Amino acid sequence: MTTTLNINGKDTPVDADPNTPILWALRDTLGMTGTKFGCGAALCGACTVHIDGVATRSCVTPISAAAGKKITTIEAVASDSVGLAVQNAWIAHDVVQCGYCQSGQIMSATALLKTNKKPSDADIDAAMAGNICRCGTYARVRSAIKSAAQTLA
Amino acid sequence: MHFDSASFDLVNQMPKGLLALVEREQGASNSIAKEGLPRRSFLKMGVASGFALGAYPLMAGAQTAAPAAPAGLKPFEQPSAFVRIDKDGTVTVTINRLEFGQGVLTALPMCLAEELDADWSKVHAEHGDANPAYVDPAFGMHLTGGSGSIKRSFMQYRELGARARAMLVAAAAAQWGVDASTLRTENGMVIGAGGKAISYGDLSDAAMKMPVPEKVALKDAKNFRIIGKATPRLDARAKSSGTQNFGIDVQLPGMLTAVVVHAPVFGAKLKSVDDSAAKAIKGVTAVLRMPTDRAGEGVAVVAQGYWAAKQGRDALKLEWDTSAVEKVDSAAQLASYKALAKKTGMVKIKADMGPMAKAPKKISAEFTFPYLAHAPMEPLNCTVQVTGTGADAKAAIYLGTQMPGFDGMAASKVLGLQPQNVKVHVQMAGGGFGRRAVPTADYVVEACTVAKLAMAAGVTAPIRVLWSREDDIKGGYYRPMHVHRAEIGFDAKGKVLAWDHVIVGQSITQGTPFGGMMIKDGIDMTIAEGMREPYDVPMRLSIHHPVVNVPVLWWRSVGSTHTAYVMETLVDEIARATQQDPVAYRLKLMGDKHPRHKAALMLAVEQSGYNKRKLPKGQAWGVAVHESFDTVVAYVAEASVTKGVPKLHAVTAAVHCNLAVNPKTIEAQVQGAALMGLGTCLPGAAITLKDGVVEQSNFGDYVVARMPDMPKIAVHIVPSAEPPTGMGEPGLPPLAPAFGNAIAKLTGKTPRDLPFKLA
Repeated sequence: MTTTLNINGKDTPVDADPNTPILWALRDTLGMTGTKFGCGAALCGACTVHIDGVATRSCVTPISAAAGKKITTIEAVASDSVGLAVQNAWIAHDVVQCGYCQSGQIMSATALLKTNKKPSDADIDAAMAGNICRCGTYARVRSAIKSAAQTLA
Repeated sequence: MHFDSASFDLVNQMPKGLLALVEREQGASNSIAKEGLPRRSFLKMGVASGFALGAYPLMAGAQTAAPAAPAGLKPFEQPSAFVRIDKDGTVTVTINRLEFGQGVLTALPMCLAEELDADWSKVHAEHGDANPAYVDPAFGMHLTGGSGSIKRSFMQYRELGARARAMLVAAAAAQWGVDASTLRTENGMVIGAGGKAISYGDLSDAAMKMPVPEKVALKDAKNFRIIGKATPRLDARAKSSGTQNFGIDVQLPGMLTAVVVHAPVFGAKLKSVDDSAAKAIKGVTAVLRMPTDRAGEGVAVVAQGYWAAKQGRDALKLEWDTSAVEKVDSAAQLASYKALAKKTGMVKIKADMGPMAKAPKKISAEFTFPYLAHAPMEPLNCTVQVTGTGADAKAAIYLGTQMPGFDGMAASKVLGLQPQNVKVHVQMAGGGFGRRAVPTADYVVEACTVAKLAMAAGVTAPIRVLWSREDDIKGGYYRPMHVHRAEIGFDAKGKVLAWDHVIVGQSITQGTPFGGMMIKDGIDMTIAEGMREPYDVPMRLSIHHPVVNVPVLWWRSVGSTHTAYVMETLVDEIARATQQDPVAYRLKLMGDKHPRHKAALMLAVEQSGYNKRKLPKGQAWGVAVHESFDTVVAYVAEASVTKGVPKLHAVTAAVHCNLAVNPKTIEAQVQGAALMGLGTCLPGAAITLKDGVVEQSNFGDYVVARMPDMPKIAVHIVPSAEPPTGMGEPGLPPLAPAFGNAIAKLTGKTPRDLPFKLA
């Protein structure tokens, strides 16, 4: 069965069972591997995408739930000013280590800054607590979010 | 050290083989240490254009001997390139390690680029493979582990850079008709009299025609312009844009995905398999009953994509026979470990326990540590492609691995291929912490078994075997569970009169190819590392190694994950019991030895304002210092306990890793390791078993540190020009005891069970 998804601004037909999580439609059906599989249960945040601008765990969200909505993935996050500022801050702060969770971290951080232009430490804790990083890059994630907020101010 | 005619058993012989080589070549190795490598270590690579320089295996480290070039491989296969210079000036450095977060993809190229005088903006890096050229120069096998990448390849990469530079200079000298000694190099250019200059790219073809120089001089450390400079990671942009591919992202034409149901109890077998519903799932290609790790059985579901494979797996109806395997129960196991800890085990360190009876003061303590899963963010995976048949059969495996040689050997054995017909494509890995260095190569053997059975069933497509997070958390190969028991007798001044210490825990290396090297007199050295040092106390240390049906493995910082906690909290307890400052007491115990410990401890103390700055109400200081893998890390922690809940607010770290190659990476490694150490304290950071079944399944019930747990961490580095030591693991061990000591100061009670139990 074919579902049409709007991914990064483009209507994209996806031939998959409507219950298929967006994560696997992206990765296995469309070959877009920037979005990562970490837990399959919305517990780690590695698979975070935006659906109509809201940070969403794609590993538990079926493609049927995204029909008619706009999906943004890490591949296109820098196409708007907030995402670009976050990505630039990530590079400037040398945030990444193994890098595997960072697509999800950047998507969550971008969603945060879209709704909260000047997040406090507590805001950052709340918005980012769902994104696990086993390398422990959290200190630089925090600094990068703050510096992205500054460039956007 | 070539791989033809090898069987998997050869792995067993590798360390011995290496030792023999070293002994035979002892004379040569001494001169190598002083004068660098002989010219025959290096070989120019056959490339279409540009320049490439490689090094023979085992010859490119000052620590090792110099065997003859490996036989049995064709000339163009030996050795592989470490540095390539393209005509546009791009310098590509191949790393002989796995990048999995520690920054070696940046740090090793820094070492090479330093001596090459490369233009850093043109330096790129890529992973090597299982070619013999890329073995660890000290261990003689492919290994990313033991915090050894920089420690053991610092000289290797510098020498490669220096030789390549000398050949470029020789080419320029020939072109200009001048003496090479009149030329200098800077930023990817050879510069001559009057400022005339030519780029490395323009010289690359001519440099390839130059002989590899007999001797090269390395730079004096004071002239370094790349080494020692905080350098951003070469992979930062790719990893910040979703364009960095990991093992899990490998895509081959027609590739299928398989998931494997593992037995609920380690090593159990199947009683019955009903796969009718699974086979009816759209996209499922094959369902394969298969042998699994520890002589168990499982079922692989091969499908088009992970989701179909998972649907198929969920539809399987399986009955298990667990009658022949031990069904571990953590509570019973803990009780038996505690009973065992009351008896003296195999003695690792001897000391007279006579003075114990008359000691005026005593501490009696029991500590418990649970099994821990590594839980790297990228779930385990391995992609296998077999092409050709019979004598022409070849395999390619794609995975993030800390031991590509081992894994390639394991794959060749399972697939029934000659080792040289298995190509290991090392992929960027999303973490590992030891889980990608498995002596049994469990997930590689599994993937190759699936591929083999699939071929027998007529499925010839490449297959990616992908573990779910549940497979990972329940899949064993944990940091072993441990019980420590200590009886310490000391006097009013804190002088230790007798310290009787027992550790109970499974051996990590027993029954693996590493056992021969790491087990002495029945004792696995990994369990005792970090004990006693740096304190000169009369300790009797004895060990029990129970055999338990739970697979165990090294986990970031290995033995020090538990020994540092025990040592550093007990020393603190003695200080408290004798009314001494814990820093002053440690310095007293160290005496005039251990200058690196002292330097790190004092730097952390100074920078933190320990005991000089007033902490907010309800907070206390906690200190710990520990050496692991030749690096010393000291922490001064600031923590509070509110309504029984401990909280770590800030940490001041000081590191003694000798010369700091990339201070930026060191800071990241310390922060990350500290956070992982903190993670071991958090309630829920434990793997437990009931009726042989692991009780945790995912990040919901196996707790790891998250953003709100992150304390402020300031990292300071003790200045040093000595050859660098590693930073992959040493930041982890002292965190938990520094935190525990602060809690003890606040509550009067040291937490002795990890993870910490809330009051």
